[in-house]
Amino acid sequence: MAKRIEVSGLNAYYGGFLAVEDVSMTIEPRSVTAFIGPSGCGKSTFLRTLNRMHEVIPGARVDGKVMLDDQDLYGDKVDPVAVRRVVGMVFQRPNPFPTMSIYDNVAAGLKLNGVKGKSELDGIVETSLKGANLWNEVKDRLPKPGAGLSGGQQQRLCIARAIAVQPQVLLMDEPCSALDPISTLAIEDLIAQLKSQYTIVIVTHNMQQAARVSDRTAFFNIAGTGKPGKLIELDETSKIFTNPTEKATEDYITGRFG
Amino acid sequence: MSVLTAKTGQAIPETSLGRKLKDRTVLIAVYVAFALAVIPLVSVLYKVISEGVQVISADFLTRSMNGIGGRDAGGGVYHSIVGTLEQVALASAMSIPIAVLTAVYLVEYGQGKRLAKTISFFVDVMTGIPSIVAGLFVLAFWILVLGFEVSGFAGALALGVLMIPTVVRSAEEMLKLVPNELREASYALGVPRWRTVMKVVLPTAFTGIVTGIMLAVARVMGETAPLLLTIWVTKVINFNAFQGAQSSLPTYIWEQASDPNQVAVARAWGAALTLIFIIMVLNIGARLLARRTSIR
Ligand SMILES: Nc1ncnc2c1ncn2[C@@H]1O[C@H](COP(=O)(O)OP(=O)(O)OP(=O)(O)O)[C@@H](O)[C@H]1O
Ligand SMILES: [Mg+2]
Repeated sequence: MAKRIEVSGLNAYYGGFLAVEDVSMTIEPRSVTAFIGPSGCGKSTFLRTLNRMHEVIPGARVDGKVMLDDQDLYGDKVDPVAVRRVVGMVFQRPNPFPTMSIYDNVAAGLKLNGVKGKSELDGIVETSLKGANLWNEVKDRLPKPGAGLSGGQQQRLCIARAIAVQPQVLLMDEPCSALDPISTLAIEDLIAQLKSQYTIVIVTHNMQQAARVSDRTAFFNIAGTGKPGKLIELDETSKIFTNPTEKATEDYITGRFG
Repeated sequence: MSVLTAKTGQAIPETSLGRKLKDRTVLIAVYVAFALAVIPLVSVLYKVISEGVQVISADFLTRSMNGIGGRDAGGGVYHSIVGTLEQVALASAMSIPIAVLTAVYLVEYGQGKRLAKTISFFVDVMTGIPSIVAGLFVLAFWILVLGFEVSGFAGALALGVLMIPTVVRSAEEMLKLVPNELREASYALGVPRWRTVMKVVLPTAFTGIVTGIMLAVARVMGETAPLLLTIWVTKVINFNAFQGAQSSLPTYIWEQASDPNQVAVARAWGAALTLIFIIMVLNIGARLLARRTSIR
């Protein structure tokens, strides 16, 4: 089910401000691609163009092409809402729906899209929670509010919620940055498991994490404040961390940045 | 050694006398202000309750003023309770949907749009309308120009005009408090915008919106001036809010209190207590409802 993403000549704007310029890359299916780079270089912005979440912000727009296998996500007839069902997203801060129980949080994407069958929902909720390594911790309190879980559990709940709609690609924007080392490890293990089924893209500021979880790594950079962010290089993670082609990448990785 | 601790040499200097004094003064000022604010509230409540309980009885609550003159003892507020409940229910039924939808438009769809700014401006203007002007508007437009008769419904129209801006403003504030992350989380699941509003945003803001509505309801329940112009006065029970004069608690209070007879003034106190009681019951009911349906 996992799909290949091919981006070509993509620019992302906030009003008149060009935040990401001319990015082209291929993201392989059934693998983990990590995005690294200094703060403000447009990693989140670029990530959000991959499921058309960028345009949710007033004034924001995108030009260029994003092909999901053979379909252009920015094609004229494509419904952005349908794109987001295929390309799921996990955010930096865990954001479970505060009015909903654990069960309803996981079922939210399905329920809000009209799936009603109780047994069908029960099944999907259980597999999603198991898929997110959370089932054992919450199986006895599914009707309790999702906001009552710990931060790490909430983040795994959000992952369960994202995989419950059975997307083909999973985008994660710094999913561990608000978590302790143990929860972080739990999520990294989870990513390793999920990659057998999904195409995964993860933004991270943690180099070790990128090295641990990803197969390929993309390095983004900016020339200075107010300048657009650019993709510097994308390669096998082992190559990026040991022998990058670009000098800027090496400087960033070895901490000789800025 | 930092500049701040250099003087005494101690790492954490003691609180200075000046600061303790200031702290005390402000604390006392706050208590005095609080007491001053509570005095009128408590004395009004005390007076209304102590006078009201002498009048209120099963008879008083279940009888109208039919056939009872100002000097006669007896009579009751039943016709006014019926009127007030019907008028406020109609006003709420008309204005709450309009007001909440307007707030949803302003916060969820209208950001930065010219139409939203225009609506916002008119809501501000409406907030400033004195209540009697709302009554005059309905009298002039609904009754004199369109030729409808005086009725509870006409009163409800005037009350509705008064409710809309307060409900719009409070609902707007509550919707703005809903974190954008929740909307994004919903969009990212492939949920369309309108469903996000219905199933995520409104439920999250529900408790706050209900509180705002309750305040608006409580406020219009005590409105007298716009009702005098639109529902007229009557001593008899009229269940039909769409036809003929209806009574209401505030206009009943006004009517009885302006009658110089002891028995009439006593009835006004009884009606005032009844009105306060109804508002309180509605308030508590709404709170329970909001608590039950929101997050446990
Ligand atoms: N909502 C927005 N409106 C306007 N400009 C924005 C908005 N969000 C981000 N930007 C700008 O776009 C540029 C890229 O931001 P982005 O959030 O993509 O960076 P990032 O690489 O994710 O940074 P970080 O590592 O700190 O999360 C920045 O210059 C930022 O100021
Ligand atoms: Mg970011």
